[in-house]
Amino acid sequence: MSVFAIQLLNALQYGLLLFLVASGLTLIFGIMGIINLAHGSFYMIGAYMAFALSTLTGSLAVAMVLGVALSVVLGLFLEWALFSHLYRRDHLEQVLLTYGLILIFEELRSLAVGNDVHGVPVPSAFGGSIALGDTMTYPVYRLVMSVVCLAIAAGMYLLIQRTRLGMMIRAGASNREMVGVLGVNVNLVFRLVFALGVALAAFAGMLAAPVSSVYPGMGQQVLIICFVVVVIGGIGSVWGALAASLLIGLADTFGKVFFPDYAGIAVYLLMAAILLWRPEGLFRRA
Amino acid sequence: MPRRHLAPLAALLLVALFPLSGATFYVELTTKIMIMAIFALSLDLLVGWTGLVSFGHAAYFGVGAYTLALLSPKAAAAGMWSSLALAIAVAAVCALVVGIFVLRTRGIYFIMVTLAFAQMFYFVFHDTDVGGGSDGRYVNVKPDASILGFTPFDFDRPVHVYYVVLAMLVLVFLFLQRVLRSPFGRALSGIRANEQRMRALGFPVMAYKLAAFTLAGGLAGLAGWLLAAQSGFVNPEILSWHQSGNVLLMVILGGAGTPYGPIAGAFALTLLHELFSTLTTHWQLWLGISIVLIVLFMPGGLGHLVRRVRASLFGGGRDV
Amino acid sequence: MSDPILEAAGLTRRFGGLAACDGVAIALRRGELHALLGPNGAGKSTLINLLSGDLKPTSGSIRMKGEEIAQLPPERRSLRGIGRSYQKTNIFGGFTVFENARLAAQSRDPRSWAIGSDAGRDPVSRERAQRALGLAGLDAGTERKAGALSHGEQRQLEIAMVLATEPEVLLLDEPLAGMGAEESARMVALLKRLAGTHAILLVEHDMDAVFALADRITVMVNGQVLESGPPAQIRASERVQRAYLGHGDG
Repeated sequence: MSVFAIQLLNALQYGLLLFLVASGLTLIFGIMGIINLAHGSFYMIGAYMAFALSTLTGSLAVAMVLGVALSVVLGLFLEWALFSHLYRRDHLEQVLLTYGLILIFEELRSLAVGNDVHGVPVPSAFGGSIALGDTMTYPVYRLVMSVVCLAIAAGMYLLIQRTRLGMMIRAGASNREMVGVLGVNVNLVFRLVFALGVALAAFAGMLAAPVSSVYPGMGQQVLIICFVVVVIGGIGSVWGALAASLLIGLADTFGKVFFPDYAGIAVYLLMAAILLWRPEGLFRRA
Repeated sequence: MPRRHLAPLAALLLVALFPLSGATFYVELTTKIMIMAIFALSLDLLVGWTGLVSFGHAAYFGVGAYTLALLSPKAAAAGMWSSLALAIAVAAVCALVVGIFVLRTRGIYFIMVTLAFAQMFYFVFHDTDVGGGSDGRYVNVKPDASILGFTPFDFDRPVHVYYVVLAMLVLVFLFLQRVLRSPFGRALSGIRANEQRMRALGFPVMAYKLAAFTLAGGLAGLAGWLLAAQSGFVNPEILSWHQSGNVLLMVILGGAGTPYGPIAGAFALTLLHELFSTLTTHWQLWLGISIVLIVLFMPGGLGHLVRRVRASLFGGGRDV
Repeated sequence: MSDPILEAAGLTRRFGGLAACDGVAIALRRGELHALLGPNGAGKSTLINLLSGDLKPTSGSIRMKGEEIAQLPPERRSLRGIGRSYQKTNIFGGFTVFENARLAAQSRDPRSWAIGSDAGRDPVSRERAQRALGLAGLDAGTERKAGALSHGEQRQLEIAMVLATEPEVLLLDEPLAGMGAEESARMVALLKRLAGTHAILLVEHDMDAVFALADRITVMVNGQVLESGPPAQIRASERVQRAYLGHGDG
């Protein structure tokens, strides 16, 4: 029973982490109509920032605060310098440019930190484990991760449902032209949403760094899974992304338990089934 | 002969005579480029001619390569013609099945879903023992090309492989040119231009797209077979998303939807890679920066640039 | 009166809470030009889209020669003999004029799947395309790019493409919109000729043209049919006067 509970917690933790990355991705798709292959790179950059900054400052918490601030700046800069020129281009050019960005980010990472795998220590305050039942334990840090992710999800709910920016996001995700009609500064909304997405992905990377360690190519793995999340959840739907992330967390975790050889394939089969059933995704308004 | 055929024929002649130079390294490199050119041509049928931006075309390339590797016994040669036919067929069937799923989507969705399905193929070969896991598998003995006791060429000799691949490239090119002029090809062009209108005219658009997707998959399988036959080795990296991105890059930079674009893209990208990687270990950085600059300042890719230059030289471009 | 070729009943399409088409009944007969009138937003284009299959109805039935087709996709309806033109010109701008028509004609050809032959030399589709272009008055300059044609010529090409599929029912969404007087007169003459052998549903704002051409007129307001009958009946209808003609919406 408690083995099952542990797997469930793992599934939840993985799903929530995916949600942080995928929610930004789906918003950028939905509102700006941009396919951003480099979104996984932000996750990678976050993880490496956690590694570099925590080594530098000696504290993961400080590293995270600094890292989020830096990633917001990065997001604002990239939107201004590159992505704002892509809104009216076709998907092919978006794919091309963001693919180029992946190459740039990966090489810069290689230049700055090298190609080794690095570990990031778990903060000592959360270093222990708690008992689950009589014989099982569960690492505290993983629980903290899930709690933090849930808090962010709740924060996003408030942001989207209760604020003016959130109203524009809702309008934009269901109908891109509407943002313009509302007479708001579209460019500003786009820039903020993009920076938000970058910060969320980077934060997810920082949060995951102590658990997954930090390695080259980690961004692309997450990116492709996040595509699956967006496809299942429906483009532009944050709640679809949440549901899909949790589904994928479950499929992946229990896939590993029951069919270890085919675990990598489980989430894609899930996607295939959803495509047959609802090609527009679970939460996409037809 | 129309003047527009002159430059390509001259290039073909150059490539055909090139092995006489005896530079084995470059003969093998050019062989690899020509294999990538076949792969890129197959993708351009989707991207350039049907308007389907597939980011997962390496799956079928890889399936073709693995088909040869799996058909090759440990200490004996697989038959070339039978294994080649099978590689094309298996890749085409995989594309057909995946196509039924991915073609239910369009636009951004399609890009993501093709990528995800290709990743599924990657994990099948990477995580399971089907093809030797992440280590891959050797083709210990190169395929045997004999027909009725006569062996026209030997896959252990790089120059032979070179000409086989060159012949395949020319055949695939001519085949695709013919397809594009055919009623089927014209329907694909119509779908690319305006899908809604094509449906209103009575074209079963989904079936046409599926046929194109299957055909492109089969041709990618052919290229994959050639890769395995040439290199004697397959591993999951052949169907990685990098490979899909790389070939898409060749198509786009060379000029999607132009006859020679994908071939030019394959040559340009691979040669640039060779050139830069001798100069710097971080050549991908420069490639990435170049790509970003090209998209920002040169919409339409290199092919577009070439056309513009040609138009200004000869007065008026040729319509494709 | 002959049996209708295309007949819709209770045809409804909702977008969210709004019913763009609400319980519409309409019947189209061979040899009859049926005009559809109504102010902007009355649901005329929605009705055409529902009949052509570009939109699926929320409820209601559409019968083509007695067979239910409401759930069929547009390509299957086209193959059953329903041709349509679009309000916004919808041609292949990058193709030549001739290739636009030839491609349309190709859709009826079983060899449309051939990959070995040269489409441009296919005698069957060429001949059909030529005939359709001739009917639409676009004989000359067919090797020009369709995108370079004048607006009126593009509307003619739009009609030629529909005719190249040799339909029995024509759904024409404002074919005269934006045309000059001379082009307009030519199109009216063409419609008159086609009306003899086809069932035509015509959405048009040009009242003179409508009353000159139509055998039957249906007036729509707010997604519903307000009045349907011969032109004289429509002209005399007080409801139509009040709801529509009174506004002077020409």
